[in-house]
Amino acid sequence: MTKAMRSPGEAQHEYREIRGFASFDDPETLSYVDSDGNPKFELIRQTDEFRVLRRRLTTFIFPMTALFLSSYLTFVLLSAYAKDFVSTKVIGVINLGILLGLGQFVTSIIITLGYARYAKRRLDPQRQLLAEMTGVEE
Amino acid sequence: MPTTGNPVLNLSVFAVFVLITLYIVYRASSRNVTASDYYAAGSSFTGAQNGVALSGDFLSAASFLGISGGIAAHGYDGFLYSVGWVVAWLVGLLLIAEGLRNTGRFTVGDVLAFRMRQRPVRAAAANATLVISFFYMIAQMAGAGGLIALLLNVTSKWGQAILIALVGMVMVLYVLVGGMKGTTWVQIIKAVLLLLCVTLMSVFLLGKFGFSLSAIMQQATENNKLGEAVLDPGAKYGFSAMSKLDFVSLALSLVLGIASLPHVLMRFYTVPNASEARRSVVWATWTMVIFYLCTLVIGFGAMALVGTDKIAAAPGGENSAAPLLAFEIGGAVLLGIVSAVAFATILAVVAGLTLAASASFAHDVYANVIKRGNAEPRREIRVARLTAVVVGILSIIGGIAANGQNVAFLVSLALALAASANLSTILYTIFWRRFNTIGTLWSIYGGLGSCLVLIIFSPVMSGAKTSIFPDIDFAWFPLGNPGLVSIPFSFLCGFLATIFSKREPEMTAKAAEMEVRAISGIGART
Repeated sequence: MTKAMRSPGEAQHEYREIRGFASFDDPETLSYVDSDGNPKFELIRQTDEFRVLRRRLTTFIFPMTALFLSSYLTFVLLSAYAKDFVSTKVIGVINLGILLGLGQFVTSIIITLGYARYAKRRLDPQRQLLAEMTGVEE
Repeated sequence: MPTTGNPVLNLSVFAVFVLITLYIVYRASSRNVTASDYYAAGSSFTGAQNGVALSGDFLSAASFLGISGGIAAHGYDGFLYSVGWVVAWLVGLLLIAEGLRNTGRFTVGDVLAFRMRQRPVRAAAANATLVISFFYMIAQMAGAGGLIALLLNVTSKWGQAILIALVGMVMVLYVLVGGMKGTTWVQIIKAVLLLLCVTLMSVFLLGKFGFSLSAIMQQATENNKLGEAVLDPGAKYGFSAMSKLDFVSLALSLVLGIASLPHVLMRFYTVPNASEARRSVVWATWTMVIFYLCTLVIGFGAMALVGTDKIAAAPGGENSAAPLLAFEIGGAVLLGIVSAVAFATILAVVAGLTLAASASFAHDVYANVIKRGNAEPRREIRVARLTAVVVGILSIIGGIAANGQNVAFLVSLALALAASANLSTILYTIFWRRFNTIGTLWSIYGGLGSCLVLIIFSPVMSGAKTSIFPDIDFAWFPLGNPGLVSIPFSFLCGFLATIFSKREPEMTAKAAEMEVRAISGIGART
């Protein structure tokens, strides 16, 4: 899969064909690959498709990071400074602290699966779109 | 001591295991020709295989022996390790895995130096990798020594030192023969075995107590001198305001350090694309959740059936909880199996670490700094192998010095170092465009340096009776784990050094390339 992408000019060629006559005036401005087959990253970076992808990624990962870090730190700080509270017995001798700790396991699974789902639905299609548009893939 | 079982039986289970894995490593690596094969296994593993190997990197001696021992000795305070280890995966999944995979090839230095001036940054990254790996290896060596000492019932310090040296040499041999592909296969095999082993033990224990975790913990309180208080926080860290801070500091190092370890970062390169990298972290998360749930059962099970005092008195100290429990419930055979799996665990992790350290030296320092990018690949691999030997010898010496300390605790120091030197730098370089060479150097050296200094002058090194040098006292930093200070410090260093130094206009093209590649994966395999 990875080798096919780099064959010089191939993807670029296809792209020009699709654009048809419009590319005759100034073919260079429409290509996202230079004459050596290297992607023009500055240009790609400014496309709307890339901006959308970047926004989708960051609006997921940063809030989620804040969420799981604060939930983890809450558990840690309660354990250190609210000893009596977390020592409350809930099920037999199992106390609230142990349950809060196990709760971290559950949130970790939920966030992991949530991210996998989000990436599949919102990130991967956008990456595909960007790759098709620029004619550059992995 | 009667609890060690039959040394001959133990040793034969071992020998068989070592020979089988060595054979697999040899087979897997027979086509180890290019540098890419040696360091990144030619990026040929699937997400699932790599995910199991990734969790294998983490289900180390520290996790298995150290955490179950920590719980068996300190109850609730040991449980913190389990939680930290699991949550730490999210840092890897959300912030690091894909961006790193898309911009680097073999080492952390590849990513950090991507849009910076090559030589100083690569050298800095390699220094950080070597220091972190060294600390992490010490923990593994100490764990291996304790384990073998328990099996063979060797109680003298000298005898244990010789065992650590022998075990260390076997491990280095694995790396020399195997490279990344061999190491990955060992990781996969041992992760599966370890997972089976802890799951069966946990199910058995739960069954014995009528499938009630509460009943196990109830029984455990009767075998600990703290009684029911061991189930509450504070058994290890609850005595003063300072030890509470130490607890928080440890928690922070755990959650931020695990995904910043060089050998874990390197593992993200062995998959063919970013979605496989993501899939492998998802796989690893499942494995980890199951494993750390089991450590909770095994830890309290060991406290209930073996008793805290007996564990503390055994060769290897706290680290012997799981093997002793195995002997208690399954006799000499189960002890042999559990120990062999634990040993394989250490072996595989050390192999991964040695590989990361040697790759970093050979690829970053030798090929890119000394030879300025013109190194012959075959010579580069030779340098990598030589480094592996040197790193191995150094960590054997360190392991002998640290023998008897809880390995999970020793690992937490390596985690503090990793979080301080790597995490801030990786996040800045992937997500902050303005970040520059000066900022990179400050955040690596600032984090690494402050962390090292604080460890040296902490109670871990001197001044307390549990210190490595108990007879002298030069400690002035009160916390056992420096993460609380050194991690924010490295973020601050990187930030200030960047905004107070000049922009690097000649790097804008590289910065754009890095941003596009990290986020979209475009052009990642050139």
